[in-house]
Amino acid sequence: MPETTSTRANPMIDPTMHVWHAEVALYLFLGGLVAGVMVLVAARRLLRPGIPTSRALALVPWSVPVLLTLGMLFLWLDLENRWNALRFYLIFRIATPMSWGAWILLLVYPVSLLFAWGETPEELRARWTRFLGRRLAARLDAWASAGQRPLAVAQLGLGILLGVYTGILLGTFAARPLWNSAALGPLFLVSGLSTGAAFMLLQGLWPREREQLSRLDMGLVGLEIVILGLWFAALASGSAHSQAAARLFFGGAYTAAFWTLVVALGLATPLWAGWLERRHGAIPGRAAAVLVLVGGLALRWIVVDAGQTTAQVLQLGMR
Amino acid sequence: MSRRWAMVVDTRTCVGCSACVIGCKTENDVPEGHTRDWITTETRGSFPELRMTIRSERCNQCADAPCVRACPTGSSHYGPGGIVLVNSDKCSGCKACIVACPYGARFVDPRTGTVDKCTLCVHRLENGIPTTSCQEVCPTASIVVGDVGDPASEVSRLLATREYETLQPELGTEPRLYYLK
Repeated sequence: MPETTSTRANPMIDPTMHVWHAEVALYLFLGGLVAGVMVLVAARRLLRPGIPTSRALALVPWSVPVLLTLGMLFLWLDLENRWNALRFYLIFRIATPMSWGAWILLLVYPVSLLFAWGETPEELRARWTRFLGRRLAARLDAWASAGQRPLAVAQLGLGILLGVYTGILLGTFAARPLWNSAALGPLFLVSGLSTGAAFMLLQGLWPREREQLSRLDMGLVGLEIVILGLWFAALASGSAHSQAAARLFFGGAYTAAFWTLVVALGLATPLWAGWLERRHGAIPGRAAAVLVLVGGLALRWIVVDAGQTTAQVLQLGMR
Repeated sequence: MSRRWAMVVDTRTCVGCSACVIGCKTENDVPEGHTRDWITTETRGSFPELRMTIRSERCNQCADAPCVRACPTGSSHYGPGGIVLVNSDKCSGCKACIVACPYGARFVDPRTGTVDKCTLCVHRLENGIPTTSCQEVCPTASIVVGDVGDPASEVSRLLATREYETLQPELGTEPRLYYLK
């Protein structure tokens, strides 16, 4: 093994590169959660229109623009030169995932706001008309009655794009072996759907809605475990750099954090809780949902952090 | 054929004195605590049979640069002669390019919040001065810059007559920083 030294803190030699911090992890978590909520509420509208819903479920779509704004705030805080944030919207770069993400985020706003208005119960809409003005409210109502189905389709498509994008953003960095995997897109999409469902389970839903959503979330958690397994299989059977990246979670620096926070708390315990609830015919509670959210955030945080310590330089340079 | 700037570093003559690092900092007003180029030494073998390689490293001026592809604002771009440059007026400091660069060549300038890196002294090369500042101060003349598209240039001659390597060619970045063996 060569001994390599440098006159600077070179991230290739001393793995100290750490330019993306908690802000990016929080943004990816909120982006995924928002994507999950978008897909789930749009799918419900498309597959089960006309079925009465609890007020909480009808109001959940409003969380999309609110949580997305919070996520974008974190993203903005991560920028080193925040005055130039608008530069994202002066250009579209087709081969740049971050450019896609910026524009997807912008498209989510009008679609999610209009969709949320259409889902809002009539008596609440009537009350809000006072603040919006009659003309605007009437126009929104016309949209809602005529365009709620196409809006749901748009919301579904944008939700999937947003969820996949959060994984692809990291997956396209060939310089970082841990991230450089096609599994990261589906992993973050499924994790986003799962955290979205968990977020919805924290609202005051009717028991029937809770049962359906909880069952769906258990399925998503199971799928997430499968994709995690595929990701590790790909890393372990890849190049020496990929294998070194995988070792971060198998005896390396991130082993304890990953297996306790993501796998044990965020995936296994909610699965077990779901199984127990179903076995005893209980109405799903909120604890499992909270754990799914903790696991989803931990997954983003650990993957963002760990990925930056990996590089394609086990043996640098001359061979 | 259009000009393609490239750099050749002779690892047989480089002594790792860091004059290139200081020369660059002086020429380009590089902020304290950061460098656009640096010295890497690699020692192989077991004592007393050791072999050491010294390299003056910097941005590899990739022809297919992952930093340019990762930049969402178009700030990272190919400048004259294929030199990879950062337009700080457009840079948001999102750091995607830093993460994307496999050579660790980029950093955030704490004074501006924008990303900085080696420019191959484009202000000199494109204004009639045929050398970079690191090349100018190198006491062993280990650094040569020139047009790799011109077969008569010194860099083309060296690449034609000497064995060389690039760093991490397997990533497909097509570096234009060549190390003579």
